[in-house]
Amino acid sequence: MATHFQIERRDEGELRLLALDGYLDAHTAPSFENAIEEEMRSGKIRLVVECSKLTYISSAGLGVFMSFIEEIREAGGDIKLAGIPPKVYQVFEVLGFPALFDIVETTEAAAAKFAEGGRRED
Amino acid sequence: MPSFERTFSLKVPSSTENLALIRDFVSNIGSQVGFDDNEVARIALAVDEACANVIEHAYGSDTTRVVTVRAVVDEDALRFEIVDNGLGFDPALVEPLQVEELIRQRRSGGLGLRLIRQIMDDVQYHIGPGGKNELLMVKKLKKT
Repeated sequence: MATHFQIERRDEGELRLLALDGYLDAHTAPSFENAIEEEMRSGKIRLVVECSKLTYISSAGLGVFMSFIEEIREAGGDIKLAGIPPKVYQVFEVLGFPALFDIVETTEAAAAKFAEGGRRED
Repeated sequence: MPSFERTFSLKVPSSTENLALIRDFVSNIGSQVGFDDNEVARIALAVDEACANVIEHAYGSDTTRVVTVRAVVDEDALRFEIVDNGLGFDPALVEPLQVEELIRQRRSGGLGLRLIRQIMDDVQYHIGPGGKNELLMVKKLKKT
């Protein structure tokens, strides 16, 4: 039984957009992890993860965001999240992610956040 | 004794590939007993987390083992028992770290247990007959 999960990657101006589609669980998280690693290796550290087609996330998926964010921010970049559907957002919310990540409605809003100064300051 | 009790069981090979099957199983039961869509999603997530822990930690990602998910419905609650015969792990002995601390340590794990505890009303770990690990998670039914 295949778990549907796809990542579409493209440049969006000076940002790199990763659009997630499907189920991000312990089975599919490694492919997301590889994608972020590849982007970082090629010097792309201003990342927008677009989640409007993300139907499910478990802690394995959330863990990918957690494990890379420090390194990306130290390098002057950030991971911003856009378009998270309400059912998926509740998982981010219950763990307190909104206080730690910029989570916005659209990729345009994510781009505006980058333009404001690159990363959130807590 | 409750006036009625229904038990459903699912046994799957210990591969993360089967987490989708487990979530479907849990979601169907959750819907049947009257939880709304958001609650069903949360309950399926908690069971997913428990089973992913079994696959990764109790079985060390050995996909030839078996994960059993047993759901028991009675008048008061929906109970899930996750049974494995791998390495034991008592969640009561672990104090989950805050997300900020996990980020600082650049760790990707450690959130599953926190989610399970936040979603479920009660979580208990037992060593059952034959030395099997049993994680019991209880979600109380909504009284109408």
